[in-house]
Amino acid sequence: MQPFGLFSTRALSAAALAGALLAGSTALPARAQAPAQAPAAGAVNTFDAVRSRGTLVCGVNTGVAGFAQPDSQGVWRGLDVDYCRAIAVALFNDANKVRFVPTTAQNRFTALQSGEVDLLARNTTWTLSRDTSLGFDFAAVNFYDGQGFMVKASTGAKSGKDLEGATICVQPGTTTEQNLTEWARANRVRFSPVVIERLEEVVQAYASGRCDAYTTDISGLASTRSTQPNSEEHVILPDVISKEPLGPLVRQGDARFADVVRWTHFLLIAAEEFGITQANAAQMVNDPRPEVQRMLGRGGDLGKMLGLDNAWGLNVIRAVGNYGELFERHLTPIGIKRGPNALWTNGGLQYAPPFR
Amino acid sequence: MSQTTMDPRLLRAPPKRKLRLSWADERVRGIVWQILVVGLFGAIFYWLWSNTVHNLEVRRIATGFGFLDREAGLPIGETLIPYSPTDTYLRALLVGLLNTLKVAVVGIVLATVLGTLVGIARLSRNWLLSKVAGVYIEVIRDLPLLLQLLFWYSIMQSLPGPRQSLNPVEGVFLSNRGLKLPWIEWQDAHTFALLAFVAGAVGTWFWSRRATALRLQDGKPRPVWPAALGLLVGLPLVVWLAFGAPWTVDWPALRGFNFRGGLTVTPEYFALLLGLVLYTAGFIAEIVRAGIQAVPKGQWEAAEALGLRPGGVLKRIVLPQALRVIIPPMTSQYLNITKNSSLAVAIGYQDIVSIANTVLNQTGQAIEGIAIIMLVYLTISLSISFFMNWYNARIALVER
Repeated sequence: MQPFGLFSTRALSAAALAGALLAGSTALPARAQAPAQAPAAGAVNTFDAVRSRGTLVCGVNTGVAGFAQPDSQGVWRGLDVDYCRAIAVALFNDANKVRFVPTTAQNRFTALQSGEVDLLARNTTWTLSRDTSLGFDFAAVNFYDGQGFMVKASTGAKSGKDLEGATICVQPGTTTEQNLTEWARANRVRFSPVVIERLEEVVQAYASGRCDAYTTDISGLASTRSTQPNSEEHVILPDVISKEPLGPLVRQGDARFADVVRWTHFLLIAAEEFGITQANAAQMVNDPRPEVQRMLGRGGDLGKMLGLDNAWGLNVIRAVGNYGELFERHLTPIGIKRGPNALWTNGGLQYAPPFR
Repeated sequence: MSQTTMDPRLLRAPPKRKLRLSWADERVRGIVWQILVVGLFGAIFYWLWSNTVHNLEVRRIATGFGFLDREAGLPIGETLIPYSPTDTYLRALLVGLLNTLKVAVVGIVLATVLGTLVGIARLSRNWLLSKVAGVYIEVIRDLPLLLQLLFWYSIMQSLPGPRQSLNPVEGVFLSNRGLKLPWIEWQDAHTFALLAFVAGAVGTWFWSRRATALRLQDGKPRPVWPAALGLLVGLPLVVWLAFGAPWTVDWPALRGFNFRGGLTVTPEYFALLLGLVLYTAGFIAEIVRAGIQAVPKGQWEAAEALGLRPGGVLKRIVLPQALRVIIPPMTSQYLNITKNSSLAVAIGYQDIVSIANTVLNQTGQAIEGIAIIMLVYLTISLSISFFMNWYNARIALVER
């Protein structure tokens, strides 16, 4: 007998979610007993659960250079990965107290919903429906992206309109898929889709010529292009067909945990703004600017307000660096420019509210 | 009067036993146990259900099937019915269901034909033929199906691009975009001609039954083929001519990136079909071989001794007996083809699993999505089982 053919991790994960929800509160650390009590904040307390477990479980991409990819030693590297580490430092003052769970485009949401991961930092676009009906809270935007197309230079396509009649490779279950159909409808471009779930397979289909074009977020295209053997043979078209604010998200219902994630992101942004780097963070504690002192835990008790150690800011930046350093480390090498991800002081969109 | 010959004891009403409310009463014990077991199942089900509802509420995850009316917005590469991304999720799921059926039905037919041929070849007295069949069965059965699918799909992908496509016959193109064939432009006349063909097939079947019945009465053979020719070929032809005989061939031609026009067999569909058919045919071949070998040799010899020709021996004596052995395991294989078609997600063929997964990902409603997938497979599988069980009962040994 062959096994029942529900192949693929996403189906398994969805089934696991269904199972977890059916079986009750296994995934939940604590559950209100009284049915009359409103399912409000505190019913799903991720903050305490993570603290008592001693490790943060972080859902990341299966392998996108620059965002989340294991290196030759098997150590996860990338912007999203370092966000997870930063939050682990904020919680435990230890960048190693984090476990990475690779998730596909399809199983990421069920992984977060079912409690398999505490936090999803996986190139996930913030949309209204995900924020509401999927039961999530987007904590921050750590990368402003947009969707584009990559074609082989030999096709001679210069813009998206040249893709009339083309076969386009796309991953399912993403905003990418919907953006593509909406763009095609608005621009009267007819195309045949090839829809493949796994990133490696969809890239392989594009590389082998099964598709004329591959569409995803431009950061993802740059990442894929950098891993192709002859990267100069692939062209990313100038069209940007959507807004893709990517960022870490958590389950709805634990505002405290969401705050930690959100303010860790702001810390990284503000640190760049104030010139606090991994190297100079320890000296910057003596910086005369009061806001820098508050961020690094010298004055005030902002850390305590978040339920963390007062020196969390210092610890985080000493462990991973500021946002600019993360960008330089992971995204500049694969050819991604700061663009909209520059600080607001440089005409970009990255902006942190005041630390006071 | 048969009643008078009947044993009078059988006519007597059975003695009425009073139900005593005592543990010693066997029937009371039986009822109590049954109530307990059913109640326990009910309680477990209720617990699962209420927990699910509670947890979904706590996590503020939307529930219900209201999303089916919403616009899907997902692109689907190949469809049997017209579909555009502006259609609803319900229609997208229907497209997925039809795609699953398209690969399952064609797969079942082809695997049966190939499997039967290989099974018979394995019994052949030709040494080479039987060894080739044997090697095929052993190799194909021992490799995981997913691996075979990925293998076939990568072969499809390594075909030349559309501009360099192989062009063995005028109008036929083979490239990494699939197989392109010329096709007639489908019009109403063709639909009616097809209906006429189906009606002709039904008519032929009735005529052949009637011919057999008449032959059993008077012994005169009545040929079936003239009527069959008229009904199967003549009738559709007349209908087609009556509609003005429309005939426009739609030739595939390279325009821009891709071929336009003609009939397309996509690499995804072809790889999936090929993988499923080759894999399942290996199992079916063994079932057919076992079925034929299960017929005792004496049956062959007795049939030959009666003067039946070799074809007649197989058709009238051996096959009816072999089928009784073949049909039950064959049902399992048909179910396996249907279920294994869900491996399509690995190679980008958009079957019901692929589309339902996308839908559940877009809407975040995993339980509903998984329930739809389970319902679809359950329905298809039960239909196959039901049909095969009916057929099995029909050909079962009638004891006299």
